[in-house]
Amino acid sequence: MEKRNLIKISDLSAAEIDDMIALANDIIANPDDYAEACKRKKLATLFFEPSTRTRLSFEAAMLDLGGNVLGFSEASSSSVSKGESVADTIRVVGNYADIIAMRHPKEGAPAVAAAKSIVPIINAGDGGHFHPTQTLTDLLTISREKGRLSDLTVGLCGDLQFGRTVHSLIEAMLRYDNIKFVLISPEELKVPDYIIEKIKDAGAKYKEVTKMEDVMSELDILYMTRVQKERFFNEEDYVRLKDTYILDPEKMAMAKDDMIVMHPLPRVNEISVEVDSDPRACYFEQTLNGKFIRMALILTLLGLDKNGKKTA
Amino acid sequence: MNIDGVTTGIVLDHIQAGKSMQIYKLLELDKLSCSVAVVQNARSTKYGKKDIIKIDALIDLDLDVLGYVDSNITVDIIKDGKLIEKKHVALPEKLTNVIKCKNPRCITSTEQGIDQKFVLVDKENKVYRCCYCDVERKVQ
Repeated sequence: MEKRNLIKISDLSAAEIDDMIALANDIIANPDDYAEACKRKKLATLFFEPSTRTRLSFEAAMLDLGGNVLGFSEASSSSVSKGESVADTIRVVGNYADIIAMRHPKEGAPAVAAAKSIVPIINAGDGGHFHPTQTLTDLLTISREKGRLSDLTVGLCGDLQFGRTVHSLIEAMLRYDNIKFVLISPEELKVPDYIIEKIKDAGAKYKEVTKMEDVMSELDILYMTRVQKERFFNEEDYVRLKDTYILDPEKMAMAKDDMIVMHPLPRVNEISVEVDSDPRACYFEQTLNGKFIRMALILTLLGLDKNGKKTA
Repeated sequence: MNIDGVTTGIVLDHIQAGKSMQIYKLLELDKLSCSVAVVQNARSTKYGKKDIIKIDALIDLDLDVLGYVDSNITVDIIKDGKLIEKKHVALPEKLTNVIKCKNPRCITSTEQGIDQKFVLVDKENKVYRCCYCDVERKVQ
């Protein structure tokens, strides 16, 4: 089987994503069937930038498949701190692991890794660029909560410029019919032009607004994001923009009864804790879905079935 | 001003005035052992002024570089004093190691030994996109 990587969500066809969602649903329904699917296989988690949540999700996924994990959780505990290149690190780790999940602060780093690696590379986030496994998590969550991936009005709110989860989700949702995007952000954090071009090219509807209240009643999904401090070069800009949007019970009262609230987490102030008890809040279910879809992804990229046998 | 004609070699003609040295550097013509003449601000009936580069040997040229710098350039191939081929260049679909990504967050800003790759995304406005970080760059 040819080596497969997941660098950006468009590396997967719509049919492959549908298959992966179906596989994740089967894992959720029958977890014991998959408990030894990756026996004697190793996942390396190379986190050149810390992200406890994503790393633990990958590691939990591999452990639940009966595999093992190794790796590092920040660049200072790897040879990168000695000046080693991404390409060299990957060549070395490829000798020790069967599959690699990597997060790196530089945009495009996983593409460099994929070009050099002998084992599959999963992009676990590259700077403000892409985060495809979060997108798979989001798609699984939408599919389970809404029962469909088409005919939806999707509100994306917060940092839409540096928010890579937003960019990947838009790209993925463009493949489904009748999706309308409502892009809610301050002027300074609008969706980059190249993403807008993709929306236009796909013929999807979209609008850009600055006030959340104006659009709450239209949404089937509200996807909140955090304004990320680490993406700013200037502290003043971060302080000025960080609390632009706060979802609270008052705003939730304006929304449809079946709207769902999603968030890639961690949150800071953008969703008040009072919203947690609202049945429409599903960001914690989302993190659990993240583990299941990563299990499906690992199996798919390794080309293994539930018995650990190579698929065709 | 007299400069010997090329008997067997290449003439890069109709270069936008002022761009010849950029081409000289990008094509690494300083590394050639043959004669190379750079003519700046030559008279042009079409453009008023133009630059010309004459290379006194038949070498492999990266036409993508020429197309990127100035798509009006013509490449005259001369053999035994006769023009045997006139090539027109175009804005290339891909650029490798011609321009650098200016995004400080791009992996190419720190990783050594990787090619700087761009793809053309907007021919009309001459816009290229970095293959690693997707940030766009307009060709001047």
